[in-house]
Amino acid sequence: MAALWTLLFCLVWPACLALTPPAELPQPHNLPPVLGMNSSDGSPSVDVPMALRVFSMDYHHVQAPFEIVLWIMLASLAKLGFHWSGRVPAVVPESCLLIMVGLLVGGVIYGVRHSAPPTLSADAFFLFLLPPIVLDAGYFLPGRLFFENLGTILWYAVLGTLWNVLGIGLSLYGVCLLAQNSLGDVSLLHCLLFGSLIAAVDPVAVLSVFQEMHVNDQLHILVFGESLLNDAVTVVLYKLFESFLRLPTVSGLDVLLGGCRVVVVGLGGLFVGLFFGLLAALTSRFTSRAQVIAPLFVFLYSYLSYLTSEMLHLSGIMAIVTCAVTMKQYVEANVSERSNTSIQYFLKMWSSVSETLIFIFLGVSTIQDVHMWSWPFVCSTLLLCLIWRASGVLLLTAVVNKLRRNAVTFRDQFIIAYGGLRGAICFSLVFLIDDFPKKRLFITTTIVVILFTVFVQGMTIKPLVELLDVKRKKRALPTVSEEIHSRLIDYLLAGIEDVVGYWGQHYWKDKFEQFNRKYLRRFLIREDHQARSSILRVYQELERREQRGDEETPPLVDPRSHSRPLLPGEMDSIRRILSRNLQSFNNKQTPAYSRHTLNQDANKDRMRKPLHRHQSLGERYTFTQQAEDGEFSGSGRPRKGLSRSHTVCSISPRPVFQETSVSPASAQTAETPNSSSTSREDPVSVQNQTTVGGAPRKHLSFVLENEEK
Amino acid sequence: MGSSSSNMNHIPNAQELMQETGFSAAHLLRLYERFEFLDRDGKGELSPDDFEAVRELALNPIGGRIIEAFFPQGQETVDFASFVRVLAHFRPNDPNRKDGAQQDQANSRTRKLKFAFQLYDQDRDGKISRNELLQVLRAMLGIQVTEEQLQSIAERAIQEADLDRDGAISFDEFKKSLEKVNIDHKMSVRFLK
Repeated sequence: MAALWTLLFCLVWPACLALTPPAELPQPHNLPPVLGMNSSDGSPSVDVPMALRVFSMDYHHVQAPFEIVLWIMLASLAKLGFHWSGRVPAVVPESCLLIMVGLLVGGVIYGVRHSAPPTLSADAFFLFLLPPIVLDAGYFLPGRLFFENLGTILWYAVLGTLWNVLGIGLSLYGVCLLAQNSLGDVSLLHCLLFGSLIAAVDPVAVLSVFQEMHVNDQLHILVFGESLLNDAVTVVLYKLFESFLRLPTVSGLDVLLGGCRVVVVGLGGLFVGLFFGLLAALTSRFTSRAQVIAPLFVFLYSYLSYLTSEMLHLSGIMAIVTCAVTMKQYVEANVSERSNTSIQYFLKMWSSVSETLIFIFLGVSTIQDVHMWSWPFVCSTLLLCLIWRASGVLLLTAVVNKLRRNAVTFRDQFIIAYGGLRGAICFSLVFLIDDFPKKRLFITTTIVVILFTVFVQGMTIKPLVELLDVKRKKRALPTVSEEIHSRLIDYLLAGIEDVVGYWGQHYWKDKFEQFNRKYLRRFLIREDHQARSSILRVYQELERREQRGDEETPPLVDPRSHSRPLLPGEMDSIRRILSRNLQSFNNKQTPAYSRHTLNQDANKDRMRKPLHRHQSLGERYTFTQQAEDGEFSGSGRPRKGLSRSHTVCSISPRPVFQETSVSPASAQTAETPNSSSTSREDPVSVQNQTTVGGAPRKHLSFVLENEEK
Repeated sequence: MGSSSSNMNHIPNAQELMQETGFSAAHLLRLYERFEFLDRDGKGELSPDDFEAVRELALNPIGGRIIEAFFPQGQETVDFASFVRVLAHFRPNDPNRKDGAQQDQANSRTRKLKFAFQLYDQDRDGKISRNELLQVLRAMLGIQVTEEQLQSIAERAIQEADLDRDGAISFDEFKKSLEKVNIDHKMSVRFLK
């Protein structure tokens, strides 16, 4: 730990000394030549010939990349230090810490050079720092959950943002009218512009806070989806208001055109993304002979889609997210496992670096002398942000709960509203504003809002939510049996909807799946991978379910011995278990999105465990007509004894289906070829031939296995 | 959707089914199309395999029980009429229909609850025994819960609901424990309006 901090310090010091804006082209304007250098700028030296220098240094030559690397190094070391520092991550969200590091560095630079530290240029942000983050978000988007909740997400993102923007903009204009003397020259359009940029909730900050909290998956996807989409809405609105500002007058027609433009921009971005996504999928089909560059195509096409839509003034964020979502399933099917891993790791790495850099810059840029302060403006902005967001969430939820089966609870609403942290997007948007007298005020206010939300809200949200949970418990809670039965009914309804092919959700999904299967997959996925992908995907999904419970089956406990009144602590834990487990059903076992980790089981376990499991696949999938004691149909506890006893002949890095079913089959007795041969087909189809396995059957196979040994 | 009235002729006893279940002609037709879609071998009946081809159902912890619920006692296949009768339970309650036989409607609250009750009660003895409750709990909670915790939860659930102290939950007790829940809202598939 100490070594880490020493290292950090040693790097920070020269970095501060030699800094110029690294994200822009090196400008020599305030670069004191602290280190003596013999500058040779590539031009032949026609000075007085000196003796040949054995050792010389030329800093200018490498200045720009050197400094960029130093910044990134600083950011990453800070991150490392953060994660090693014990209990701090639990209390302080990572974004806070990064900003603090930035503040520190900014302060040091200011102190050393007595002038403003480098600031983040808006171009650098939008062209280099934002795309990796959004790409990462789009690629790891839990697809099914997202589309199931798409209506709600769009509802919050589009309507909620509009509500916030208009509300904050108009109220701020009211405040400016009231404080005529100091704020008189801020026009309505400026207020609206400011409103649009300050309403942008930042997914980066929000998610870094959520890591520590127990957020159920539905809430996670709501917040995540909302913050992602509202970025697009915000940027569009911002550009709209900015172009209004540039017009000499704004008429009603302009407003109407503005509305159309919003739609065009959004949909245009979507189509650009789709186009590039499909291209990427098609290209990945042919990468089998040059596997090493396969990941490159993912990044190239996504970035290209972003740049293309930026060029056409469409929504780059929508484009890149759509591109990622579109190409993901085809690319994953086409490229090798290693390429998949590379893609995922690179995405995580780049987005992590971007995010860190952004927050550090935020901190650094706070230390400037361009601030302009105005108490009414700043305080009212803070207040209004909170008020409008809370009211927006409450109103929208009241409406949307009528249409959803799983209501968004009050706790969830509180988290959505209070967790609306602002971040880097507001920050860079404010720098982009055309210059006008009060621009510095806007900058200061934005920084204050960001710092307030990230620090105050970010750090207090977890204790507040826990307080809320505690308060909830004091009221009458549903009884345990009510919860259990309600959950059963939830599962039942989900099943019935699946059977019926429910309109609106599954209907379109089914139609899309048919289209997908018939045309897209055949076109975009390599032939030999087509069959594998669909069966293997189902199989792997099931496997992941099983893996969670790979532990010994506890012995059946005599129930009578435990009938005593439950302690309150136990009731709490029961409730927590129920709510957490049962609500994850809709998630279908995709782990929650996390910027900072790749879910390991997606890669490692998938390769090893499935080979153990297929043997018992037959038993697990018998749907019995008569229940037997201790037996339950459908998926259930894995037969642990069986999986341990299996001998797996070959563990190849690729879980090629056919191989595994062949090798153990040869080693098994007569009854098992039944299950292994049927497991070649769609494993979902019932194996009625293999009879029901209960405890007796488990024993039987176990014995058989042992006999082999 | 391309549904023409001539397709109604394919459906046996269409009028009686509509009467019995309360589905409109359009819905019946749609359900028939779905039935044909599920019936991959075109036999005119569904077997358990056909249900299991629905991928999400396989991942549902109580998927097996749901499938069983479609097959009346002892039968191996289900025809369209039985299929529709089962699904009739999930129609939203129509507040405007004031038949005298309100209670007998397939989608009445009692019938809906009875359907859910039978998911637990596999042996059809009219009571949910502790074992049956445990089985369902195990299926739903499965993995992250230890056996003792499961036992406690089941014990607690029975304690709360069991009013006549016979160690099992009868249908009336089941109904009582769900009296605060809006069953009609929860147990309806909205499109089947």
